[in-house]
Amino acid sequence: MELKANIPSGPIAQKWSKHRFDMKLVNPANKRKYSVIVVGSGLAGGAGAASMAELGYNVKCFCYQDSARRAHSIAAQGGINASKNYQNDGDSVWRLFYDTVKGGDFRAREANVYRLAELSVNIIDQCVAQGVPFAREYGGTLANRSFGGALVSRTFYARGQTGQQLLLGAYSALMRQVGAGQVKMFPRHEMLELVVIDGRARGIVARDMITGKLETHLADAVVLATGGYGNVFYLATYAKGCNGTAIWRSYKKGAAFANPCYTQIHPTCIPVHGDYQSKLTLMSESLRNDGRIWVPKKAGENRPAHQIPEEERDYYLERKYPTYGNLAPRDISSRAAKQVCDEGRGVGPTGLGVYLDFADSIQRLGAEKIGEKYGNLFEMYERITDEDPYKVPMRIFPASHYTMGGLWVDYNLMSTIPGLLVGGEANFSDHGANRLGASALMQGLADGYFVLPYTVGHYLASTRLDKVDETHPEARAAVAAVDERMKTLLSMKGKRTVTSFHRELGKIMWEHCGMGRNKAGLEQALQKIPALREEFWKNLNVPGSADDLNQSLEMAGRVADFLDLGELMCQDALEREESCGGHFREEYQTAEGEALRDDERFCHVAAWEYAGEGKKPIRNVEPLVFEDVPLQTRSYK
Amino acid sequence: MSGHGKSMNLTLHVWRQKNAKDKGRFVTYQARSVSPDMSFLEMLDVVNEELTQKGEEPIAFDHDCREGICGTCSIVVNGRPHGPRARTTACQLHMRTFKDGDALVIEPWRARAFQVVKDLIVDRGALDVIIAAGGFVSMQTGSAPDGNAIPVPKTDAELAMDAAACIGCGACVAACPNASAMLFTGAKVSQMALLPQGQPERYLRVRKMVAAMDDAGFGNCTNHGECEAACPKGIKLDVIARMNRDYLKAILMGAEESQGGGVG
Repeated sequence: MELKANIPSGPIAQKWSKHRFDMKLVNPANKRKYSVIVVGSGLAGGAGAASMAELGYNVKCFCYQDSARRAHSIAAQGGINASKNYQNDGDSVWRLFYDTVKGGDFRAREANVYRLAELSVNIIDQCVAQGVPFAREYGGTLANRSFGGALVSRTFYARGQTGQQLLLGAYSALMRQVGAGQVKMFPRHEMLELVVIDGRARGIVARDMITGKLETHLADAVVLATGGYGNVFYLATYAKGCNGTAIWRSYKKGAAFANPCYTQIHPTCIPVHGDYQSKLTLMSESLRNDGRIWVPKKAGENRPAHQIPEEERDYYLERKYPTYGNLAPRDISSRAAKQVCDEGRGVGPTGLGVYLDFADSIQRLGAEKIGEKYGNLFEMYERITDEDPYKVPMRIFPASHYTMGGLWVDYNLMSTIPGLLVGGEANFSDHGANRLGASALMQGLADGYFVLPYTVGHYLASTRLDKVDETHPEARAAVAAVDERMKTLLSMKGKRTVTSFHRELGKIMWEHCGMGRNKAGLEQALQKIPALREEFWKNLNVPGSADDLNQSLEMAGRVADFLDLGELMCQDALEREESCGGHFREEYQTAEGEALRDDERFCHVAAWEYAGEGKKPIRNVEPLVFEDVPLQTRSYK
Repeated sequence: MSGHGKSMNLTLHVWRQKNAKDKGRFVTYQARSVSPDMSFLEMLDVVNEELTQKGEEPIAFDHDCREGICGTCSIVVNGRPHGPRARTTACQLHMRTFKDGDALVIEPWRARAFQVVKDLIVDRGALDVIIAAGGFVSMQTGSAPDGNAIPVPKTDAELAMDAAACIGCGACVAACPNASAMLFTGAKVSQMALLPQGQPERYLRVRKMVAAMDDAGFGNCTNHGECEAACPKGIKLDVIARMNRDYLKAILMGAEESQGGGVG
């Protein structure tokens, strides 16, 4: 497989503007002759569908939720980065670019990251104009706060609900186009197969989740914006419905899957507290602006937090990383938390937790000021734990939160299947091996508002497509494959529920492919997962039928794909014999326990190619070149 | 979380309805050994696992983020949308709110505009229709001025944010004796009316959104205030007052397509 990144020539700062000129345009009068399918209605999908419809394309947008407004982008709390330099503290496009490349531990594509930093300023303008109620200063200008991995204050926010407000902005733009008849929305529809005709993506098979009917939708281009696959861990901060099916089905149709092992384990989530637990809840990274992270100095401490005197506390992030302190990047903070818990210094009933303490800030600023900044987060914490963080420190622990890996795309966000473009968390390109806080919203919206509308047009203008309809053999075969799969899932009537399989897979993944990975563990996982999959396809029990709303059947299809995807993650993690960002191979670390990259052997993207059922996938390589931010050891000390 | 409180046994009377055409009925289940630290939906998960193991169809209910922000969950517990705890969605409601031996009646949202799809799941598409009628600023991607070009007084931004916090769950409709969507619609109208960006289309927006709301079969407001009490995000009745003022002005002004700019 050839991986052509199609990075424009010229100096990095001019690549995107040069490329915008070089890309072909569709005559405004001809745009209505084209149709585009967008799967997903989150920041990337919603913004992309709305913006392409504004240009005049006929857009069909699909989501599994009952409304486009419920996509999981809505749950992002802390904020969105933009290099506006409104704070006059030394920010610039270049600095955001630099911070993001370094934050990603030199495993992202420079040209994409530069474009992202460049577009960040337009995103803020766009959202303000839509009526997004960002936080303001008394003078009426936009307020900022700091996030991990940066020494400037460039994060824009709307209380602790930034994702919600940005998504509702994109949703309002989308609904405007729905009202205008330019977008047709398909809520409660799940994409279950990609239709590829003559080597090009031409449509999808979607299931109407209410009637169970399988529908074929064809178009001139297909955009996937279906989010990440972190629910492979079962317990995660993702919504329950988030899944990897759309990208996995596309992978099996020929789209390369890049760096599947790059997952982000977020340092500040509410710890696990019971076997029945269905999900984990994030506590925004923004809390680290005012909260201090600590554990007791001695192992096996059992006094409550307030009885542990100052000199017996270890503020380990401040100690180890004095420059960035509590705002060290996520991968580093998570690993540090794991380390202190492994040493027996973790807190709470399970010993898997660390304190996030606001006592100092409350003393300095007053409870009211803290409430103004984080009130809704404190309330959420209290709802879940029955503890008041104004009075006792929060207890937090890392959890699966984001996947940097995803479908491989070139500079135009085109996958290895022509006509299949991928935006947002579903692609791989911008965050390397670790995403910085407040950068996911930025990337989703950059892709949706400002990249896809151009690159989709370029593809349409430079491609001749034959007319196809549902009777095409490829379309029929895709429907038949889905139908067959559904029937198999329903027919086993075994002894185990979907959830029990999902939980077991999650445990394997967390243990062997979570915060710390090693060869022996990954090899074990690569034994356990196929065995579990074999049992799944023999002993699964899915009640109900396929021609009705059937939540067990929906879950079964997703878990079936997670079983495959998890295996690929482990394979990728095993073959990447280095540590970088969120991928920490225990064999490769410095004397101080930091990630040890191997730029000689692994300064590249691993793009996996499906080789057929039961065959080992092929690992292709896209070399990464760092011309503008020279390779260096990442330090936050 | 600290593991205090003993496990409980509860009796559940759950609305089961195969599809929109089915009449539906209550079915009684026992929820045993419920931990007080479970969320309400996790309690239902456990009941569903048992049902599945017995080969019965699990109870269908809507849920997604399970952290109180997506607005998907929509369950009436003992007559109250999202259950007894104020400002809390069903997914954030924890079983410590209840006590051993309690009987819980669990139903879907009930409103003319929300048809039951299955069991506890309803169709809330009408809320999207209201937004599509005018809940936006008509602007083309890329045409925005600099974010700081128009200062917004902090108090206005905060009030707009209070209104914008609506999660679109529809609890307000479910709680209202008239099944009115005034709190939902008023929240969006208010958010836009409070911000300079919303001004050009302010009056046309309110007319269009109110018309869409009426068309969808939502009832009118007769000042019961049940919506505010049920709202998990604390949206205030003020938004309805603001919408009514704007609506009246819009009628008096005769805001029409030609005057209001390109809404829709």
